[in-house]
Amino acid sequence: MEKRATFSNLWLAAAFIAPQMLLIFVFFYWPSGEALYWSLTLEPPFGGSNQWVGLQNFMTVFEDPKYWNSVRVSLTFAFSATVLSLAIAALLALFVDRRLPGHQVYKFTFFLPYALAAPAVGLAFRFIFSPDAGFVSVINNAFPGLWNPALNGYDAFTLIVLAQSWKMVGYNFIFFLAALQSIPRTISEAGAMDGASVLQRMRDIQLPLITPTLFFLIVINITDSFVDSFGIVDITTSGGPARATELMVYKIYTDGFQGKDYSLAAAQSIVLMVLVIALTFIQFRFVERRVHYR
Amino acid sequence: MIERTPVLDFVTHALLIVSLVALLIPFWIIFVAASHDFHTVNQVPMPLMPGGHFFENMATAWERGNFDRVMLNSIIVAGGVTIGKIVIAALSAFSIVYFRYRLRMVMFWLIFITLMLPLEVRIVPTYAVAADALRPFKAIFELFGISVGLPEWNLLNSYSGLILPLIATATGTFLYRQFFLTVPDELTEAAKMDGSGPVRFFLEVLMPLSKTNMAALATIMFVWSWNQYLWPLLVVTDQQNFATATMQLQKIVPGPVFGEPPIWNVAMAANLIVLTPPVLVTIFLQRWFVRGLISTEK
Repeated sequence: MEKRATFSNLWLAAAFIAPQMLLIFVFFYWPSGEALYWSLTLEPPFGGSNQWVGLQNFMTVFEDPKYWNSVRVSLTFAFSATVLSLAIAALLALFVDRRLPGHQVYKFTFFLPYALAAPAVGLAFRFIFSPDAGFVSVINNAFPGLWNPALNGYDAFTLIVLAQSWKMVGYNFIFFLAALQSIPRTISEAGAMDGASVLQRMRDIQLPLITPTLFFLIVINITDSFVDSFGIVDITTSGGPARATELMVYKIYTDGFQGKDYSLAAAQSIVLMVLVIALTFIQFRFVERRVHYR
Repeated sequence: MIERTPVLDFVTHALLIVSLVALLIPFWIIFVAASHDFHTVNQVPMPLMPGGHFFENMATAWERGNFDRVMLNSIIVAGGVTIGKIVIAALSAFSIVYFRYRLRMVMFWLIFITLMLPLEVRIVPTYAVAADALRPFKAIFELFGISVGLPEWNLLNSYSGLILPLIATATGTFLYRQFFLTVPDELTEAAKMDGSGPVRFFLEVLMPLSKTNMAALATIMFVWSWNQYLWPLLVVTDQQNFATATMQLQKIVPGPVFGEPPIWNVAMAANLIVLTPPVLVTIFLQRWFVRGLISTEK
């Protein structure tokens, strides 16, 4: 879309856009470029300028089983949390959209968890699911040692999946509900006239019509689980036990800032960047193709 | 639509009520845990009704987390990010939509790409830049053999270090751009005919029209920047003076899982302090928050 009426003072145009460009240059493009540079060089231990080592850093990263562990954990985490929170959110949105008496209440409350910071969610869930206090510990009374996220990797992983899903359900709910409400009522009514029951209409009319939103949310959820989950992991499990919850972003953080190995951290960052960019591209393709139903 | 489905209606209500309870129960547990003394909170099963130590725990948590200073810091940072974003995004969107110059689309794409990589993904090099924000320019000058004595501008342990990198994204720019594109051309033409220049048009026509967009952007930016965690954790080493609220959560829950039991009642009280501002904003400015969420992401 173009404006017909525009202004012609180009100096002013430059001045208006300058602050934004300056900021993204210093804090976005330069660091991203530097990450690439670091990933291809090694810093000599006794100072001096960086040495070009080609893909050696990437080789080191890819040969490290701990790295593949973090990739595996990240992907499983992204998949489980995304499926869980999307399924629940879609179900809730479909039923709230039936607009039975009182449905307004849910609109105001379901998204509340999303207002919380990831570490706040993490802290709450660590308490609720702690093995010897809190809410879930009761099951350890009945079956001693059944649940212990501090020692059992599967329990810890389940814990962070639940925390992440809880946080994202509200967000997904908002988007699903918005999408459902933008479907013209007449379509559902026509379905009802043809004898489709409420559940049939949900399955055959409403769900197919909100697939563009679904694809969009899949990408947003996966990205968020790669990125914002840092706060949850840091507070609940610190990547443990035995690296069972060490997500990629958490490993970058520990390698870069606790291990002080910028080159390795940079190489890992580049891999994560490529992954996130690829996801975004997939999203644009899907959104471009599927949005035509309007 | 008139349809009689008593069984399904019952199931719907039941499902929604159960989900509501399940989704809100963590809030309740945080509150209940924050209202008991140390002994009671560690009981199994934990009590489900609030106890009488709420204010005592809140006072302990407030003091232990240094919240006097920390809340102020968080408000400064969240406020700074929100205002900075609203102003800078409006300016750049105005430049992209209302002027026609050759680099316009290049600028557009340069800004657009920043949407793809969140700060957490490029955290290591961004941290290096924050140690000296003028370094990129030094490196460029060096490349061209120009020797300019630029001073070092260290952003670690400063409000600008906490705020500026968080503003360097494209979220707001696109919100404004979408809106500016819907403003009728006739308005611009009328303003020009009445002798208004770009600055005046921007300040007196466009900005008043953008009020609702600003409100939406402000609410989500406030919540988003209040909830930032990884970046403050890195930039701030001077915990006394520059720590933000979310950072205190790490400090208040004891690290080792073995050894003494964590002081859950105080930890949950601290959690309550940290989560209250964004929750209040989303509840009271809900219309704007939801609108902002939906329009910035699409």
